[in-house]
Formats: sequence, C-alpha cells, structure tokens
Amino acid sequence: MARSLKKGPYIEPSFLRKVEKTKEGKSDKVIKTWSRKSTITPELVGLTIAIHNGKKFIPIFITEEMVGYKLGEFAPTRTFYGHTGDRRTRVKGK
Amino acid sequence: MPRIAGVDLPKDKRVEIALTYIYGIGRSASQKILKEADIDWNKSAGKLTESEVVKIRETIDRTYKVEGELRREVAMNIKGLMDLGSYRGLRHRRSLPVRGQRTHTNARTRKGPRRGVVGKKKK
Repeated sequence: MARSLKKGPYIEPSFLRKVEKTKEGKSDKVIKTWSRKSTITPELVGLTIAIHNGKKFIPIFITEEMVGYKLGEFAPTRTFYGHTGDRRTRVKGK
Repeated sequence: MPRIAGVDLPKDKRVEIALTYIYGIGRSASQKILKEADIDWNKSAGKLTESEVVKIRETIDRTYKVEGELRREVAMNIKGLMDLGSYRGLRHRRSLPVRGQRTHTNARTRKGPRRGVVGKKKK
C-alpha cells in the first residue's frame, strides 16, 4: 500500500542533515549512507551518493528521473553470475 | 461490423463486451464510455447505427489512451525503468518477476517455458 501523503516522503533525518551539510559546501566528500529506505528528493539531484548494498558502497549519481524512488533501488544487493554451463551467462556489471 | 480504434470488430456481442476487445478498455471503462455516449449496453455491436459508432469513437478518442498509443506508453515506461538502472529495470532486463515474487519455483509467466538442466541423471 502506498504511503499516506499526509506524512510526506520518508527520508532518514540523519541522512538529510548530511545532505544539507554537503550542499552548503562544508564537505565535498561523497555521502556514504546505509539508508536505502530513504526517498530520493529533488534536493539530491546532482549529488553522488554511495549507497550501501550490504557489503560495500555503490556510488550512484542522482539524476532528475530518479526522484521519487528509494535509494536502495539503485544499489543491488544480490550477485548472481548464472549457472555453470548456462550459455546465456550474463556477468553482472558492478 | 463497426470499426473502432483501428482493427477491432467483434460482432454479435453486446457492445459492453465488444468494446473490451480494444486494448486498454475493460468492463468498467466500456460501461463509462457507453454511459457517456448514451447507448444501451445490451445492444449487440453489429446493430449499432453509424451515428452511435461515431459517438463511441469520439468518446474514446477524447478520454482514453488505447491500442498502439497505450502500448507505446507502457513500453516507454518499462524502457525508462531499464535506463534508470533501478532494481525494477534490472528485473525487466532479465525478464524476471519485478514485484518481489519468488523465483525458486514458479515465475513461469516471466521466465517462459522450462529449460531443463542437461547432465546428471539418476539411474
């Protein structure tokens, strides 16, 4: 079920603080975050965010079309290299 | 045989049902259209007068995205997801279920017919 509009989109408060800091220019490091459940808001567009996939941080450049999705949707958590002997073995990129 | 929105022409059926042969129109949309065009649902599609057909056609053009246009929109949306690099896009690319269903078993609609594993056989 969709989230109630009254509440607005969910963004981890601590993550938001960090984003604000970066935007003010106080820190220009890539933001690392574990907060995969945070919604991508327009403020994040143009930033590169390193999203944890359970093992390491995947740097993702946020574009305008990504607004409204969750951060986690862009950092896959599973690796599957296909079965042995599978002709169509597709090696996953990053 | 009336033609509406391209190639669709089911005769002998009630209009309400006949309209659902158009891609993008189901029972409820069909009823809304007929209500707006002020046509009896139960009339069979073959017996529609020319002016009634025109009315239906106009109503559909005005309010619904149908057939090719709709298909294109759906395809574009899916393509958008794939280009985004989002999880849903990845699932589409591999033609696996997109909405978190299990793939250990089942998921045959997305995966297509079974491809057996060649090799070991119990004797």
